[in-house]
Amino acid sequence: MKAFARLLDALAFQSARNGKLQLLQEYFATTPDPDRGYALAALAGDLKLRTAKPKLIRELVTERVDPELFRLSYDFVGDLAETAALMWPATEGHCDPDGSPGLTDIVEGLNRLTRSDTPEQIADWLDRMDATTRWGLLKLITGGLRVGVSARLAKTALAELGHVAVSEVEEVWHAFDPPYTEIFAWLEGRDPVPDISKAPTFRPLMLANPVDESELLAFDPTAYFAEWKWDGIRVQVVSQRDGNGTLQKRVYSRTGDDIGDTFPDILDGIDFEAVLDGELLVVRDGVVAPFNDLQQRLNRKRVDPKLLDTHPAHIRLYDMLVAAGEDLRDLPLRDRRVRLEDWFGKTQPTRFDLSPILDFSSWDALSKIRAGARDSGIEGLMIKQADSAYQAGRPRGPWFKWKRDPLLADAVLMYAQRGHGKRSSFYSDYTFGCWRQDSNGSDVLVPVGKAYFGFTDEELAQLDRWVRNNTTNRFGPVREVEPGLVFEVAFDSIHPSKRHKSGVAMRFPRIHRIRWDKPIEEADRLESLEALIE
Amino acid sequence: MIRKIKQRPEDWLTVTPQGLYCVPGDFYIDPPGAVARAVITHGHADHARPGHEHALTTPQTLDIMRHRFGPGGVPDGQSLDYGTSLRIGDVTLRLEPAGHVLGSAQAVLEYNSQRIVVSGDYKRRADPTCAPFEVVTCDVFITEATFGLPVFRHPDAGDEIAKVLHSRKTNPARSVLVGVYALGKAQRVICLLRAAGYDAPIYIHGALEGLCALYERHGIALGALRSVTDAQTGELAGQIVLAPPSAARDRWARRLPDPIVAVASGWMGVRARARQRGAELPLTISDHADWDELTRTIHDVEAEEIWVTHGREEALIRYAALHGISARALSLVGRDEEESQ
Ligand SMILES: [Zn+2]
Ligand SMILES: [Zn+2]
Repeated sequence: MKAFARLLDALAFQSARNGKLQLLQEYFATTPDPDRGYALAALAGDLKLRTAKPKLIRELVTERVDPELFRLSYDFVGDLAETAALMWPATEGHCDPDGSPGLTDIVEGLNRLTRSDTPEQIADWLDRMDATTRWGLLKLITGGLRVGVSARLAKTALAELGHVAVSEVEEVWHAFDPPYTEIFAWLEGRDPVPDISKAPTFRPLMLANPVDESELLAFDPTAYFAEWKWDGIRVQVVSQRDGNGTLQKRVYSRTGDDIGDTFPDILDGIDFEAVLDGELLVVRDGVVAPFNDLQQRLNRKRVDPKLLDTHPAHIRLYDMLVAAGEDLRDLPLRDRRVRLEDWFGKTQPTRFDLSPILDFSSWDALSKIRAGARDSGIEGLMIKQADSAYQAGRPRGPWFKWKRDPLLADAVLMYAQRGHGKRSSFYSDYTFGCWRQDSNGSDVLVPVGKAYFGFTDEELAQLDRWVRNNTTNRFGPVREVEPGLVFEVAFDSIHPSKRHKSGVAMRFPRIHRIRWDKPIEEADRLESLEALIE
Repeated sequence: MIRKIKQRPEDWLTVTPQGLYCVPGDFYIDPPGAVARAVITHGHADHARPGHEHALTTPQTLDIMRHRFGPGGVPDGQSLDYGTSLRIGDVTLRLEPAGHVLGSAQAVLEYNSQRIVVSGDYKRRADPTCAPFEVVTCDVFITEATFGLPVFRHPDAGDEIAKVLHSRKTNPARSVLVGVYALGKAQRVICLLRAAGYDAPIYIHGALEGLCALYERHGIALGALRSVTDAQTGELAGQIVLAPPSAARDRWARRLPDPIVAVASGWMGVRARARQRGAELPLTISDHADWDELTRTIHDVEAEEIWVTHGREEALIRYAALHGISARALSLVGRDEEESQ
C-alpha cells in the first residue's frame, strides 16, 4: 500500500499528462503482481471494493482523538481522508515499513470481512502505516481517488509498458478482472495476446467529436450519413455463444460496465448472436420518453417490476460490430449498415429498432432538419463518414456530433464548492437558483442546477475571489454566498424531477456567461424554466 | 495586617499596541515598529524590524540584522551571548537557543522571582545550522502556534530531501527548483542535501547569496554554491536550484530548463495548501515546531501558565485544557502566519 499511496500522492501534485504517464509507468514497471493490477483497477475505476462511509472514518478518529481537536483540524484541512490520515495517533513501535499491509491484503481483506469486523481491521491497518499511506488507504476505501487519472490514461501507461497501441489494451481489457495478471503477462512478453473471440466482452466504443456548421462546410455532404442523436445512454449489446453453446448476453454502458441486470426486459428480448451499438431509451408506444424516465430505471440497484411496465426499456440501433461471430469493424460504415438492416429484417428482435438514416442533400438542408427537431428524445445529430471503419476511441475526423442549440436561463449563484485536483484551492462547482414565490408570497431562490465548467481560468480566479468575499455560511467544502451574481446558464434540455426541490432537472448545465452586470432581481423565475419542459 | 498580593505576570509583561512590553525593564520584545529599546529573538522580518534606537540580541542575529537593514537600520546594536545574564532595570534577561534559525533565541525574563520565557519561533528537531532548543522551566511560557493543529506532524527532513534527489535522478533533463526562505530554510536545505551525500555545486538565486555567505562566516559549511545568474544555458539541466518562493513562481524561473517546482515548508503537509503554492514536489521541511513538538514543549517547561501566540492558538489551548495546563491566547500585532523572512 505504501508504494501505491506514494503514487497517488505524486499524481495528485503532477498536472502534466506526460508527468502522470511517467509516474504510472514507473509504478507498473517496479511493482509486482497482484498489487499493480489492483492499483490499475482502482485508477481505472474498475475496482469493486466494499467502501467505508465517511461517518465510519470520523468515528474511528474521534474514538482516538479529542472531537474538538478533530473539528478544528477538519475545518482547516477541508478533506476528511486527509484530516484523519494526518492526525491519526502514531502507535509506538508499530509503524515499521515491512509490517505495513500491502494493497492486495487490503483489497482481499475488505472483500472477505464482515461489515462488523471492518472498522477494527481498518483501524489496525491505519496503526501500521505512515501518514501518506493512511491517506492513500482512506482515499481508496472512501471511493474517491481523484488524482486526475482517467481510465484511458491508466491504460495508455499500461500500453506503453508493453510497447503496444492503447486500442490493443482496450480490446482485451474487458475480458479480464482485476488484478489483470494475464494482461501484464502479455505486455511483458511472457504470454501471447489473449484470445477473446469466444468471450462476451465489451468492444471499445467509437466516439464522435463535436462540430458546428461552419466546420461542416469544408466536407462533401454526400460522403456522410446523418442520423438522430437520441437522448438516452449509449450501450453495446453483446450476445455470444460460449463453449457449451449457451447464449451469454450482456448490456454494457459506454464505459464497459455491465448493466444487464438492471434491464431484464432487454435481456429477454435478445435471442440472437451479435454485437450491436445503440442507444438505450424508455419508449412508450413508439415515442421516446424524456431522459429523466430512463434515469429512474438506471438509478435502481434492484429491478422494480412496476417500473418494467411503466418505463419500458428499448434499444435503438446505430451499428453492428459483430454478426454471428464475424467481426465487421473493419468494413466501411455503409456496408455495416447493410448488414445491420439485413440482419434486423430477418431477426425482428422485440425491444429493438433501427435508428433511421436521414435524407439530406446539403449541409444547409441538414441544418433545417436539425432546427425542426423538437422531439424531447433527440439531442442533436450524428454525422458519420460513410466509409469509416469502426475504430476504438475518439478518432479525429470520421464521426461528428452536432448538438441542438442549447437553452439558456439566467440564474443566481447560491452555493460554491471547492473543486478537485488542480482546482482544489478554488471554489469551482457552482449551484445556482431561480426565483419562485414561497407560501408567504415572498420571492425566494430555489436551486435549479449545478455546473463546474464553461469558464476560463481567469474567470475561475475571479469567481473564486467573489465567493470568498461574499460567503455567508460554510459547510465543509461548501460555501453559501450572499445572492449577488447572475450566471447565464446553458443546458440541453430540462425535465421534471421529484428528486430536486425545484421540481426540475437540467441536462448538461454549464456556465455560458458570467453576468457581473446583471441585477439578481432580473434572473429567471422557476415558471419560465418549467415552460421549457417538453 | 498587610497581606502581599501575588504579583501577576501580565502586570510586568504586557501587550501594547507597540508590541510585547516589559515594564520594569522598559523594553519591547520583537516589536513590529521602531521603538527606543528592543530585544530581538531572531532575524525573520516579523520579529526583527529596522530603526530601533537600541537593539539587543545574539551576535548572530545582530549580524543578520546589519546585513539586512544596513548599518543605518541598526544604529545602536548590542549583542548578548547565549546563557549570559544581563540586568536591565529591575529585570534580568538571558538568551537561550530556540533552534529555529542561526542566532534564534528565547528571551528568559526574571523579575521578583518570577520567570517568563518568550520563546519566539522555535523547533525541537536537529538542525546543523543553529544551536538546539534549550528547555528552560518557568512560570509563564510564551509559545508560538504556527503549526498548532494535530494535523501538522512534520516527517523526517532526511526523507523529504531524498525526494529531491530521486526527482533529480529520474529527470536528468530538468532542473529541480526548490522554493526556500532566504534566512534559515535555504541553509538548512543545503546542509540536508550535503548530509544526504550530495556534493555537487548547488545553484542559488541572488537573494540567497548574502545570507549563505553570512552563515559560512559563522562556521556553517555549505559546500560549493554557484550563482544562477552566472550559469550558462544548458548548465542547469539535472541541477538543484534554490530560490525564494516568490522567484520560483516568477518569470525568473523561466531561465531554468523545465523546472520541477519543489517547495520546502511546514505547510506542505496539507495538500490543499501545497497545491495553492503551486508545488509539484511538496517538501514538508519546517523551522517551526510541529504539533508533537509544541505539545511536548508545553509539558517540558512545567509552566503555571502558557500564553499562545501567532498561529492556531485555539487547538493548542484546547490541548492544554485537556491536560490540566492553564493556557490562553496572546494576540500580538504584526505576526505573519507564513514563515516569512
Ligand atoms: Zn521565524
Ligand atoms: Zn515568527
